[in-house]
Amino acid sequence: MTSVLYDVPGPKARRVSLIGSIVGSIIIAGGVVGAIVILSSQGIFNASRWEVFVNESAKDVWTQLGYGVLATLQAAGVAALIAFPLGVALCLLRISLISWIRVPTQVVLEFLRGMPVVLMILFVLLVFATSPFVAVVSGLVLYNAAIFAEILRAGIQSLPRGQREAGLAIGLRSFQSRMSIEFPQAIRRMLPSLVAQLVVLLKDTSLGYIVAYEELLRKVKLISDLEPSLLFSAFFVGAAIYILINLSVSRLAIWIEKRGSKKAAGGMASAIKTVDLEVNVPGPEKK
Amino acid sequence: MKKAFITRRKSLLVAASAALALSLSACGGGGGTTTPPVASASFEAGTTMAKLNQAKKITIGTKFDQPLFGQKGLDGKPVGFDVEIGKAIAAKLGIDADKIEWVETVSANREPFIEQGRVDIVIATYTINDARKEKVSFAGPYYEAGQALLVNKDDNSITKPEDVKGKKVCSVTGSTPAKTIVEKYGAELVPAANYTACLEPLRNKQVVAVTTDNVILAGYVDKEPDAFKLASDETFTKEPYGIGLKKDDTVFRNWINDQLEEFAKDGTYKKAWEATAGKVIKTAPELPKIDRY
Amino acid sequence: MDAIFESLPQYWDGFLRTLFLAVVSGVIALAAGTLLAAMRVSPVAALRGFSTFYVEVARNTPLTIIFFFSAIVLPRLGVKFEQFEVAAIIALSSYTAAFVAEAVRSGVNSVPVGQAEAARSIGMTFTQVLGLVVLPQAVRTVVPPLINIMIALVKNSSVAGAFFVLELFGYGLQLSNSHGDAVMWILIGVAFFYLLITVPLGLLAHFVEKKVAIAR
Repeated sequence: MTSVLYDVPGPKARRVSLIGSIVGSIIIAGGVVGAIVILSSQGIFNASRWEVFVNESAKDVWTQLGYGVLATLQAAGVAALIAFPLGVALCLLRISLISWIRVPTQVVLEFLRGMPVVLMILFVLLVFATSPFVAVVSGLVLYNAAIFAEILRAGIQSLPRGQREAGLAIGLRSFQSRMSIEFPQAIRRMLPSLVAQLVVLLKDTSLGYIVAYEELLRKVKLISDLEPSLLFSAFFVGAAIYILINLSVSRLAIWIEKRGSKKAAGGMASAIKTVDLEVNVPGPEKK
Repeated sequence: MKKAFITRRKSLLVAASAALALSLSACGGGGGTTTPPVASASFEAGTTMAKLNQAKKITIGTKFDQPLFGQKGLDGKPVGFDVEIGKAIAAKLGIDADKIEWVETVSANREPFIEQGRVDIVIATYTINDARKEKVSFAGPYYEAGQALLVNKDDNSITKPEDVKGKKVCSVTGSTPAKTIVEKYGAELVPAANYTACLEPLRNKQVVAVTTDNVILAGYVDKEPDAFKLASDETFTKEPYGIGLKKDDTVFRNWINDQLEEFAKDGTYKKAWEATAGKVIKTAPELPKIDRY
Repeated sequence: MDAIFESLPQYWDGFLRTLFLAVVSGVIALAAGTLLAAMRVSPVAALRGFSTFYVEVARNTPLTIIFFFSAIVLPRLGVKFEQFEVAAIIALSSYTAAFVAEAVRSGVNSVPVGQAEAARSIGMTFTQVLGLVVLPQAVRTVVPPLINIMIALVKNSSVAGAFFVLELFGYGLQLSNSHGDAVMWILIGVAFFYLLITVPLGLLAHFVEKKVAIAR
């Protein structure tokens, strides 16, 4: 129940914090209720705006949304599967000891990282004459491989120097030490960041609108285009679906982070985790 | 009473979007389908027509988000005037309507898709202009739209495009109407992802008008006659919609032009209009003079 | 190539607006994000709960949808702005703040436990521990990821082009419409202006990173 950042709150502090919490919650709840009242006074919650999700055309609506989810997951999945190995390769080149490999790689990475994904998607379509799907996946791969490479590099550099030295000392070559000693540790250490980037990748599939790739958000827009009154309902439902998908991916990240942090030694991490456990898992803390 | 209201709303909702309207009439069987019968045709060997006729299928690029012209309904099938014209051309090539593959084309991918042969033709409210003629060829025009202004119902201060000088006008990012209203009439552009999104700032009076082709705006007036109106019935540009195809496929272009003229004569053109955009826009168009360049 | 030079005034206007959106949203996001991170590790359960909830929701919603809420739903709630840039800044900063909060939190995690323990043992309060001891040390490790978040922010501002603000990418689309024969060049021009902001930021990140490495 304690954190290294503050003492165990006494009765007075606990009371103040409780009162503060209650007042704060009331203010937030009031704001939400107020917003709902205003919106409903404008008819945004009228049945007519929402019945399209439950009436006879609902099957079509959900089918369309389902295809959208599928297209989003497909593009994100394929892009992630290509981007990750590519990111490892780029990272290897980036930390190479040979400067004429390292420096050009850095330039390329800097370029890929600085380009808007939506522009890269458009470029690929125009220059290489690909299908929208290939254009979206390529754009996502180019950008995310660069980010994965940077994350892994940070991971490798955070490792104690002794890891590599020990590897070299027992006669491993530089490449062998990287692959069998450093990367496995770096990947484990950076898993939360990697999974967080996966969520970004998933959300970035929505940039496919530029080449008419029919992912979830594009479907939401197409449905809202059918009738102005559907604008709000379609976007609310779209937001809910996205949050649901991404939260499942993020939960995975948190789960992995927790598993990993048990093994990771030192740092404030273990201390902060105590706080997290309180928030996320109400119940007895296992030690 | 409440029930009646909802039913009316629903019928409005259904009737208003051409997309739903068509599927409804198809279900009811009363409206009469506009898909013409497949003609058994023969073409000179080596022409695009012969190739398509043999393959028994065609890929047509169209808009999926343009009310009345090309809009994907909830059942996943695109409907609208462009789509009907596409079906009629396919029929003349001896291709069944269900053998047409519809591909969504947006402003960014129309020319590349034609150049790469990813689509055989593009019918997508595609304005004929000289810059585009550098890359693709156009049959038609099959319809002539014009740019207009949509304003709030109670706003009488704007009647012509000159009235929006220095004021905020909403249109779709990167569209031709957006360019015209800025470059020719000095409006301040407020760009949006789509026209339905534009309606919100107009409603809130954060912009004074929404601008695009009159046919699209007419659809919004029809849906919300109490909120919006057209600033004027006059249009201030001419947007001849053409059918895009591979550059310099003159034989194919001439053939499509011949078909368009025939559609005008045999009533296919009129029927296609009445089944789609004609439900909202009462004045039926004549086929514009074909531009046989 | 000529198309780029002909369009320089538009590019410049778009570039300035993109820069403006990024700088203002960046500053707000940094402040709000740090506050959120402090809430996340604070003794008050409600603050922790709120911060966690906010960060989770904002990080998992596509930016387009956040823009939709700030530019279309907010006016419906009676929050009307003369300038659409306001809506864009609200959207960009509330989205970016969540990422900043996460970066700062992991920075706090990287500070050795002994630091906070020592601070508390000499009688410091939570605000003092955090403000005087932990955060200043966390800043060092946090700066490189923060700069990456700022790079992402610059590029994310392109979504504003679909929500009523004419920025660099919006101009790019408009220019490619009027120069149908030179779309490639127009887009290369757009890319150049984005890189003009993002590459220096990236180099800055590397520079800071080296500094930090030495300081260790």
